[in-house]
Amino acid sequence: MSFLEMLYFIIPSAILYATPLIFTAIGGVFSERSGVVNIGLEGLMIVGAFVGIYVNLEYGAQFGAATVWIAMLAAVVIGAIFSLFHAVAAISFRADQTVSGVAINLLGLAVSVFLVKMIYGKGQTDMISHPINRFAIPYLKDIPFFGPLLFRDVYSTSILAFAVVIAAWFIIYKTPFGLRLRAVGEHPMAADTMGVNVNKMRYIAVMISGALGGLGGAAYAQTITHDFSHATIAGQGFMAIAAMIFGKWHPVGALGAALFFGLAQTLSIAGSQIPYVQEIPAVYLQILPYVLTILALAGFIGKASAPKASGQPYIKGKR
Amino acid sequence: MSNRVINLLVPIISIIIGLIVGALVMLVSGYDPVEGYSALWTGIFGDSYTIGNTIRQITPYILAGLAVAFAFRTGLFNIGVEGQLIIGWLAAAWVGYAIELPKVIHIPLALIAAAAAGAFWAFIAGFLKAKFKVHEVIVTIMLNYTALYIANAIIRNLTDGGFKTERIHESASLRSDFLRDITDNSSLHYGIIIALLMVALMWFILEKTTRGYELKAVGFNQNAADYAGMSVNKNIILAMTISGMFAGLGGAMEALGTFQNASIKAGFTGIGFDGIAVALLGANTPLGVIFGASLFGSLKYGSLNMPNAAGIPEEIVSIIIALIIFFVASGYIIRVGLQKLSKKKEGQ
Repeated sequence: MSFLEMLYFIIPSAILYATPLIFTAIGGVFSERSGVVNIGLEGLMIVGAFVGIYVNLEYGAQFGAATVWIAMLAAVVIGAIFSLFHAVAAISFRADQTVSGVAINLLGLAVSVFLVKMIYGKGQTDMISHPINRFAIPYLKDIPFFGPLLFRDVYSTSILAFAVVIAAWFIIYKTPFGLRLRAVGEHPMAADTMGVNVNKMRYIAVMISGALGGLGGAAYAQTITHDFSHATIAGQGFMAIAAMIFGKWHPVGALGAALFFGLAQTLSIAGSQIPYVQEIPAVYLQILPYVLTILALAGFIGKASAPKASGQPYIKGKR
Repeated sequence: MSNRVINLLVPIISIIIGLIVGALVMLVSGYDPVEGYSALWTGIFGDSYTIGNTIRQITPYILAGLAVAFAFRTGLFNIGVEGQLIIGWLAAAWVGYAIELPKVIHIPLALIAAAAAGAFWAFIAGFLKAKFKVHEVIVTIMLNYTALYIANAIIRNLTDGGFKTERIHESASLRSDFLRDITDNSSLHYGIIIALLMVALMWFILEKTTRGYELKAVGFNQNAADYAGMSVNKNIILAMTISGMFAGLGGAMEALGTFQNASIKAGFTGIGFDGIAVALLGANTPLGVIFGASLFGSLKYGSLNMPNAAGIPEEIVSIIIALIIFFVASGYIIRVGLQKLSKKKEGQ
C-alpha cells in the first residue's frame, strides 16, 4: 500500500468512526454548559442504537432507503425522552448528577437488551438490510488529493454531524438562548436574577443531549455494526465525554477531539493492515483517547476547566 | 419522624418502589410478575447450591461497595472501581499461577498483589486530584477503559495470544472441598470471610483511628479540615488508595475464588458500577454495605434463573437495580414526601 492509498483508506474511516462521537460529544456540551453533568451519554447512545436498529428492521421493507432517516429520527425522539429520567432526577429531585448518570447507563443497557430478548427471543438482533451506505459526491470527488481523501467515501451521517457542530456553535455563542444556557451553567443565581428560568434551560439542555446521544448511537449502529447486542456500544459514550472535555466544552473543540479519537479507533482496529502502524501494539491506540483526556485535565495539554456550576443542583434562594 | 427513621426509610421505600415498577414492567411486557419473582426467589434461595453461589456473588459486591463507600466518606466519588477491580483481578491471577508457594504464603501474597495493584490504579486518580485539582470522576472513568484494554493486552502477551491465563495453583485458590461439599458443588469460596474482614477494617479505620477521623473531616468540609491543620491533599490520596485496595481485593475474589484465572473481557464486569448502588443503598456505612451487597448480589445471581424458570430476560433485574439507584439518589423527594406525610398525621 502506498502512502497515498493508506491516507485514502485511513481518513474516511477515521471520519466514519468520529461521526457518532461528534453527535454525542455535542450533546454533552449542551448538557454540561447548562450545568448538568451527563455521565449517562453511554446509556443514551445504547438506547439510540437499539431504537435505530429496531426501526430499521421493522420498517425497512416499508420505507426502503428512507428508513435510516426515520430510524435516526426515532432515536432522537426516544433519546430525548429517555434523558428525562436524568433530567428529573438531577434537576428537580436534586439527585447527585454522577449517580443519576450511572443509573442512566445501567438502565439504558438493561432496557435495550431486555427489549431485544423480548422482541427477538435472543440477545442479538439480525443484521439490518438498509444500512447507511457511503457515496461519492459528484464533482468534488474529482478534486486531486482532497477528492479521494474527503469526498469519495462519504456517509450522509458525517455531513449531518458537521452541520450539527456548526449549528451548535451558532446556537451556543450567537443566540440569546445560547447566552442563557451558558449563564445558567456558570452562575445560575445571576441568571435567575435576570429572569432566566434555570430549571427550564437545564431541562432543555439535557433533552438536547439525549437527542444527540440517541442520534450518535443510531448513527454508530447503522453505519458500523449493522445490528444491536449488549456490546454494540462499548465505551463510545465515555469516549464522547472524553472528546467533550478534550475539546474544552466547545463544539468546534469537541469536533476536533472526536476526529482525533476517530483516527485512534480506526488505527487500533485496522492498524494491522497498515505499514508502520502495525508496529504499534493496538493497546496504545485503544487507550490513547482516555490517557490524553487525563493529561488534558491535568493541564499538560492546555488547561481544561468545566463550567463553574456544573454538577450542582440549583436551589432557589440558597446562597 | 426523626431523621434516623427517615434515613432508614429512604432506601427501603426505594427498594419497594423498584420492585413494584419491575413488576409493572414485567406485566406490561406480557410476562407474569408473580412467576418472575418466584423464579428470582428460587434462583437465590432455592437450594444449598444456589445459596452457595449467591454468597459467592455477594463477595465481590461487598468489596466493590466498600471501595465506593470509603471514597464517598472522604468526599470523593470513585467511579473507577471497575478498572481497579480488573487490574487487581489480573494481578491476583498472575501471582496465583506464575509462582509456586505454600498455601499460607501464597494466598496472602496474591491478595496483597491484587490490593496493591488496585490501590495503585486508584492512587493515580487521587494524586491527580490532589496535585492538579482534576476531578476524580472523569479521571477514574478514563482509567476504567485504560485498565480494561491494558489488562486484555497483558493477558494476550502472557499467553501468546490466548484468551485466558493459566489456571491458578491450588495453593493460591480460595476454594475448598469443604465449602463445595456443603453447598452441593457450588463455587462458594472463602473470599466471603476476607470481604467481611474488610468491612470490619473499614469500620475500624473510620471510627477508631485518628487517620479515619481526618478522612471523614476532609469529607465533611475541606476548608475546616485544612484550618484544623489536616493535610487535605494527603488525605485525598490516602482515601483513594485505600478505596482502590478494596476494589483490587474484589478482583482477587474473582481470580482466586470464582474463576481461578483472568480472561480477556469484551466489556466491563459491571461489579464496579453495581458497587456504586451498593454503597448508595448502604448509606456509605460498613454495615450498610453488607446489606446493599447482599441485596444486589442476590438479585443479580437469582436473576440468572429467570429465563429458564419463567422465560423472562434476566435484564429485568438490572432494570430494577437501576431504578433503585434513581430512587435512592432522588432521596430528597422521598424525604419531602415523608415529612409532608408525618406533618399531616400530626395535624389530625
